[in-house]
Amino acid sequence: MVSKRWTAAVLSGLLITATLSGCGGDDGDSGSGGGDGKLVLGFSQVGAESGWRTANTKSIQESAASAGVELKFSDAQGKQENQIKAIRNFITQRVDVIAFSPVVESGWDTVLKEAKDANIPVILTDRAVDSQDTSLYKTFIGSDFVLEGKKAGEWLVKDYEGKTDPVNIVELQGTPGAAPANDRKAGFADVIKADPKFKVVASQTGQFTRTDGKQVMETFLKAQPKIDVLYAHNDDMGLGAIEAIEAAGKKPGTDIKIITVDAVKDGMTALSEGKINYIVECSPLLGPQLMDLAKKVKAGETVPQRVLTEETTFTPEQAKAVLAERKY
Amino acid sequence: MNFVRHRLFWPAAILVALLASNIFFSSGFFSITVHDGHLYGSIIDILRRSAPLILVGIGMTLVIATGGIDLSVGSVMAISGALACLLIGDLDNQNSVIGVLLACAAGIVLSLVLGIWNGTLVASIGIQPIIATLILMVAGRGIAQLITDGQILNVTSAPYKVIGAGYTIALPVSVLIAAGMVAIAVVLTRRTALGLLIEAVGGSPTASRLAGIQARRLTIMVYVFSAICAGIAGLIYSSNVSSADSNAAGNLIELDAILAVVIGGTRLTGGRFSLAGTVLGAVLIETLNVTTVSIGIPVETTLLFKAIVVIVLCLVQSAAFRAKVLRRPSRVGASA
Repeated sequence: MVSKRWTAAVLSGLLITATLSGCGGDDGDSGSGGGDGKLVLGFSQVGAESGWRTANTKSIQESAASAGVELKFSDAQGKQENQIKAIRNFITQRVDVIAFSPVVESGWDTVLKEAKDANIPVILTDRAVDSQDTSLYKTFIGSDFVLEGKKAGEWLVKDYEGKTDPVNIVELQGTPGAAPANDRKAGFADVIKADPKFKVVASQTGQFTRTDGKQVMETFLKAQPKIDVLYAHNDDMGLGAIEAIEAAGKKPGTDIKIITVDAVKDGMTALSEGKINYIVECSPLLGPQLMDLAKKVKAGETVPQRVLTEETTFTPEQAKAVLAERKY
Repeated sequence: MNFVRHRLFWPAAILVALLASNIFFSSGFFSITVHDGHLYGSIIDILRRSAPLILVGIGMTLVIATGGIDLSVGSVMAISGALACLLIGDLDNQNSVIGVLLACAAGIVLSLVLGIWNGTLVASIGIQPIIATLILMVAGRGIAQLITDGQILNVTSAPYKVIGAGYTIALPVSVLIAAGMVAIAVVLTRRTALGLLIEAVGGSPTASRLAGIQARRLTIMVYVFSAICAGIAGLIYSSNVSSADSNAAGNLIELDAILAVVIGGTRLTGGRFSLAGTVLGAVLIETLNVTTVSIGIPVETTLLFKAIVVIVLCLVQSAAFRAKVLRRPSRVGASA
């Protein structure tokens, strides 16, 4: 009996700590609940599965602090049920705006209806939901992967402007079926198809990882008599491919031009060294835009259903300039 | 006709067919040149890429021979690579050979501990191997992510890079390491009674215990061996790209390893095993991977292509199937 009571005591103690740290947010005065006129934003994050995601979290926390928004942050650890619980908590706490990055696409209708009934506007960040009823959320802010592919293609077209020789391109695709892989491929293909000199001679999946990128590139290098350009759907595969190109005695960036997507720090470093020629950014730093949108929906202003993350592209010179302050 | 009936005839035939098919798509497939003082070519690539799978495969072979299975090998790979990269990253001089060796030793020792954990769960506590190793398969990836903090850890260490991407006497170091471990396994199991004892435990644990074999200790040993092999494979994997990616390292390699073991003719129920068969199986799987890229199978159909090759392979390996299709009713029992 004694031991059972002990366990119960310890467990409830843990629960209290967990709840406290869950609500505490970052500025520590969660108790005020917006009584001081501050906007209260409840945000439920997917988890912390990658450097990209960590940077995403940091951006939201920092921009909330600087925008004077009280942030109630909750980490779903990759589980939808945690996220639904977090959203219900936000509703009970009567936050002003709820934002979340959905773990999966489906199964959100019920909890989003609850938020709507409680008159709390919802903003989706970075990932979409497949609800038919678009009135359940105010707006969706995130990257446009097709556009990213198009930007990559546009640079290539511009770089080879005025030349007529055929350009042999190899492509390292992301995980088959993943939205970023499909869309980046489609956007790129859409732009380069206008000019017949561009030819994708080989396209295979590198699973978004460095090892697969390297191995597939090794085989490309042996199977393809002439490769002019490599287009990789993310930096990591590009970085792996660079190792394969170097091992083959070629110079990445010079003998084979390389375009990648993401602009994480490792990729930017390679770009600044001239090993990558061009990176299309896929930015996790959507915090400032999110705070802006949260304030607008709270004030009752209309916002567009779809907001794109402010993203740019990088050449080696631009990479050198921003590398030092690159956070992720 | 005698060699046709050899256990490894059909996998070897498929391997040769796969290699030969490449010649139609890439004329220089079989050319091996000397480049920067080492051998360079597709065949070398295949061997180099097979190294981690061969290592994991021979460990898996011995585990399967005792009637067990080790699902945790991929996670052990991730942990060992992550720990080594973490320690190397902390070195004042990342190019210090001693520092790198110590980091690698730490990765292997940690793998050994994980092997003891697996072995103890199976042999001493009596949990079914598939469940016991499933624990570490799932939790292990969490441990690896904890070590790397969920990020990709980069190292810029020349000595570390040698393990997975370097060459010595013109040959890839990773291949030599794998060959060394295969040699150790072969000597231990075929030149001593150890192989016989392992087969005895796999054949019948009870009978072997009654015959005086220390089945429990032997079982723990094979799990430790498997984990050490996986640990070394993890070092090769992370060294190849000079970084530790705790999500991708060794992901699903347990299934490839089991496939390699099965192609090699070792039965999943335990008992007789073939290390040479596993090596052949591992090389065949990597040849298949290279071939799909080399002959330009579209991404959407890559898995289908691999599945067809594996199904064909399994069917022709089955004596019963061959007897039915090739109308050779005799000798069905001979190699089954």
